[in-house]
Amino acid sequence: MTTSPVPLVDNAITASGRRKKKRAVAQPGERKSIGMHLLLAIAAIYFLLPIWWLVVAGSKTTQGLFTGTGGPLWFDKNFALFDNIAQLATYNSGIYLRWMGNSFLYAFAGGFGATILAVLAGYAFAKYRFRGRTVTFMILLASVMVPMTALVIPTYVLFNNLGLTNTVWSVILPSLLSPFGVYLMRVYIQDAIPDELLDAARVDGSGEFRTFATIALPLMRPAIVTVLLLSVVGGWNNYFLPLAMLSDQTLLPVTVGLNNWQVQSNSATAGGLIWNLVTAGSLVSVIPLIIAFLMLQKYWQGGLSMGSLK
Amino acid sequence: MSTTPQLTEPRPPIAKKRGTSLDRKHARFGWVFLAPFAIIFLVFLVLPLAYAFWMSLHTNTLAGGEQFSGLANYVRAFNDERFLSGMVRVAGFAIIFVPIQIGLALIFALILDDVRTRFSRFTRLLIFVPYAIPGVIGALMWGFLCSPSFGPLVTLFELINAQAPDLLSRDSIFWSLTNIVTWQWTGYYMIIIYASLQSIDPSIYEAARIDGATKLQTALHIKVPIVASSLVLTIVFSLIGTLQFFTEPQVLSPLAGNAIDAAYTPNLYAYNLAFSYQQFNYASAISFALGLLVFLTSIVFLIATRKKSGLR
Repeated sequence: MTTSPVPLVDNAITASGRRKKKRAVAQPGERKSIGMHLLLAIAAIYFLLPIWWLVVAGSKTTQGLFTGTGGPLWFDKNFALFDNIAQLATYNSGIYLRWMGNSFLYAFAGGFGATILAVLAGYAFAKYRFRGRTVTFMILLASVMVPMTALVIPTYVLFNNLGLTNTVWSVILPSLLSPFGVYLMRVYIQDAIPDELLDAARVDGSGEFRTFATIALPLMRPAIVTVLLLSVVGGWNNYFLPLAMLSDQTLLPVTVGLNNWQVQSNSATAGGLIWNLVTAGSLVSVIPLIIAFLMLQKYWQGGLSMGSLK
Repeated sequence: MSTTPQLTEPRPPIAKKRGTSLDRKHARFGWVFLAPFAIIFLVFLVLPLAYAFWMSLHTNTLAGGEQFSGLANYVRAFNDERFLSGMVRVAGFAIIFVPIQIGLALIFALILDDVRTRFSRFTRLLIFVPYAIPGVIGALMWGFLCSPSFGPLVTLFELINAQAPDLLSRDSIFWSLTNIVTWQWTGYYMIIIYASLQSIDPSIYEAARIDGATKLQTALHIKVPIVASSLVLTIVFSLIGTLQFFTEPQVLSPLAGNAIDAAYTPNLYAYNLAFSYQQFNYASAISFALGLLVFLTSIVFLIATRKKSGLR
């Protein structure tokens, strides 16, 4: 079935498009279990509850959040979602839009960069038997176990000495590091791209870079999308790194910005109470990623198992 | 189905090709493709770790600047009650979080693998959605939901004329945090386990069914052992994430009043030492000690499970 004698990746997606047709024939004993569906229904309510709360809360005024009709889990009679969105766009000269833009910049610049590096490095590990490969790969595997937060404080001091803190680079550059992405790419490439294919291209006189770009790269697409998605999500959700690196309000990503608003509302008197902006801002900020995940379902559902199955 | 553990060197697929002339001629290109990542790796992983270690061995004094102080910062850390209580707390979190998250993820994955209806597909998506929501916003949402002034529990308890419990108090904050993290991460681990369940050849189940195995037996004795390597992977991820716990307690601390102090977790302590008190050397020592602990725990766990589950 596979071209290699040792099947390394046996996951749902491979380059040959082999997708196991599972349970095409329903097992006779398989009945729709009521108990299991009940359990799933409880799970669905639990996992949906905060999101539902956010939708409701995003449509309330600050006063409505505390004393509104309908309680915390239903809409207030004063439906203020559009007022909140308008206020988001203008409060503090529209800083919320800046934060969203920054989040996009950090997530995509860091995510694309990390993915490109992971694709190249994964290809090197999978398809070249260069000197030191085994040792470098062992170091890479060990580095997956290094907690990224341990790197933030020394990186901050190093950047501070170079005058790089409080710049977009202080968030983007450390985000380029993704050892797990390299690992995923290697595992995938090893199985999905037969050596014979590359050798055939070489015999035909194709250079190493052309072989990579025209033969190998198109075959890696599912894994690239998965690694890209994971890196972009990692960048979008990042909190510790920008919190440490940035103090300029106009450079913050939306995660840090919203938390600053929360802190402000917690300690402020009536004038600074912007709980409605905290909730509406949170609601607006989670929409892009949820949509991305719904649209890219087939990639992450198969791709996430890449690292664990061999 | 091979059961090689994850995070190990994949074997070269075609061993006989090793050392052919074609191979040697092109091998150096490996380094060319690896170079960009290698540079980032050296600059943003090796260098910061080395620098953190260097900083941790020095003390910054007003009079003499950076001075070598040997292991003094580590001696201080391991006599620092705030650091030690944070360490004990994250260890406690790890003991609670990891089994809950992975246990629930496994149960949901097994159910979703077994029940195939439109509703189960919808639930699978719902369980996964929190992964797409930043930890900060997850913590904010649950902070509101647990809040004694405007959470739904208050409304619920008002109905029976009782005082709602304060979920953000010193006594219950541990469980509120457990709840947030469970909500946030269970779906991600569930999808990893689910995806590996999906790749099992269904003819195995047929054989088990003919032998008279019940669904539960099939799940426990066939499915779980086959996905053991994904379980190990998710446990390691969960462990690494828990030991460097930071975002949720940091976000909840203003809402939770005095329940979460500046040293609630070692990572929070290191952050506050560095950025509130400018004690970068001592913070580096704590960061480095924590990093080393996380690293060693993961490695020990990987080695231990490799033997136990009979994996190579």
